[in-house]
Amino acid sequence: MIRVEDVNIHLGEFTLRDINLAIDENEFFVLMGPTGAGKTVLLEAIAGLIPCKGGTIYIRDKNVTKMPPEKRGVSIVYQDYALFPHLTVRENIEYGLHFRKIDRGEARKRFNRMVEILDLGHLLTRLPINLSGGENQRVALARALMVNPRVLLLDEPLSALDPGFREEIRNRLKSLHKNSDVTFLMVTHDFADALSLADRAAVMNNGIIEQTGSMSDIFQRPNSTFVADFVGMKNVFAVEFHETKARINNLEIELGRKPENSHGYIAIRPEDIVLSRESLSSSMRNSFGGAVKRVIDQGLYYEIEIELKGSNFKSLITKRSLFELGISEGTEIIFSFKSTAIHYF
Amino acid sequence: MIKRELFFWITISCGIVILAFILLPLIEMLTAPSFSMLKETLNDKDVMRSIWLSIHTAGLAALISFVFGTPLAYLLARTNFTGKKLVESIIDLPIVIPHPVVGIAILSVAGKNHWIGQLFAELGVRIMGSVTGIVTVLTFVGLPFYINAVKNGFESISPRLENVSRSLGASMFSTFFRITFPLAWRSMLIGIIMCSARAISEFGAVVIVAYHPMIAPVMIYERFEAYGLKYSQPVAVWLVSICLVLFLVLRILTLRNQKET
Repeated sequence: MIRVEDVNIHLGEFTLRDINLAIDENEFFVLMGPTGAGKTVLLEAIAGLIPCKGGTIYIRDKNVTKMPPEKRGVSIVYQDYALFPHLTVRENIEYGLHFRKIDRGEARKRFNRMVEILDLGHLLTRLPINLSGGENQRVALARALMVNPRVLLLDEPLSALDPGFREEIRNRLKSLHKNSDVTFLMVTHDFADALSLADRAAVMNNGIIEQTGSMSDIFQRPNSTFVADFVGMKNVFAVEFHETKARINNLEIELGRKPENSHGYIAIRPEDIVLSRESLSSSMRNSFGGAVKRVIDQGLYYEIEIELKGSNFKSLITKRSLFELGISEGTEIIFSFKSTAIHYF
Repeated sequence: MIKRELFFWITISCGIVILAFILLPLIEMLTAPSFSMLKETLNDKDVMRSIWLSIHTAGLAALISFVFGTPLAYLLARTNFTGKKLVESIIDLPIVIPHPVVGIAILSVAGKNHWIGQLFAELGVRIMGSVTGIVTVLTFVGLPFYINAVKNGFESISPRLENVSRSLGASMFSTFFRITFPLAWRSMLIGIIMCSARAISEFGAVVIVAYHPMIAPVMIYERFEAYGLKYSQPVAVWLVSICLVLFLVLRILTLRNQKET
């Protein structure tokens, strides 16, 4: 559906390098990455709003690299809604119809459907300045989908919303995607949004794509230290592999399978590390004793940092567990994890 | 009650001094002529012709600035290119050049010794001593005010609105006329007011290029030179009054629409 091949973009000092991406028809694809990674630039390049220095962009097998934005069949929705402030909600939604040859009856039917799905009936005569954040975003979505685009680009559409509206818009996005044949490409910082909505995702950093894959691939099997760190795998260690073991300093960790390389990295999610005051009789093949170095309050959870032979392991536990285990800085503790919880690359 | 600090009283004092500095000479000038003199001046066809000439040449300068300055202002607001700062400095040049120098500069291009002047002469366009010359000078001095005001207006409109419009199928032209123009027209009106105000007050450059036909500032100067202060004041009062009414009307229109949106 969307194919981005070897795209390079130069914007002042920022560069997007050798971007390759393939998004399937009707897929919900997410672009993730830190601020300044180049996600919005890539989105705007696909929309034709930023010229490519090199490479090719295909939409439905048609080379659109040199095509103006209005010919691409791509709608874009921004985080700040970008509603036309001098037009009413109705005029905003119908704006795109001025430029498309759509039968009046069909246009009315589509308009009514959008208004119904997004619950905009009572807002049609209002100006955007008189709408809430959630209402604004619903209007922006209706306006974008009204022209029946082949691709809908969403630039962090949920990040400016209050938690209540966020949940609501997320559900509506899910429903809109399910009930249409439009391909959705969304930029987000939020893992909950990505996990809830996306089929597949790509992680960008500093103008390049670090990893593309299914959501579980990215979260469970990151292919670089950056992605591992980005998706919250706080235990990333450079290791030497010996048979089925990974060696960090003087510590040997059982992987349960033999890696192909002699050097690499292992990554373990903090929630996969189990803490106990005594040695557990369990199927977990890695169990070590260490001293709690730090206890960090993270609101709902506590991050426990345990030091062992110069390496720091991090685990997440609830407040209840913290009190039940009597953990504080300096406490001697047993930490265990399964071999299957270890990802190596 | 909270005691005001010394700093507050200094700011107030400075404000009063500045207001007095601006208003005293103006009030003095406006109240000096008697009613009969003002009435007599109003019936003086030369005076009224000069005031009308000032207004309509300033209006034409504003119109030319609008037609040619708007695309340039848009370009400067929306794009970055090598030499942009230089272009912006060139646009600001008429503000800093002494006014008689502007007149001399225009004459050196539009005079008989320059090929452009010769070309104009062949086409039957006269700059020296003509309304065309006055409009040329007024456009020259008024353009920077228009371009800068409109450029600021365009910059205040998010480019994302234009991006969305394009993605919904609108061409650049449609986007400009349906989105950018309706959102920027107020700054254009302000630009027109600024440009006209600057043009209507121009004297130094016009007096070199076109002493005749006489615009109001030149007439005021001539009356002052020939008959003294007393005879120049009524003309000045009428010029200031008519201009104030015009600008007030435009300003009220701008503010009213600002409230509506």
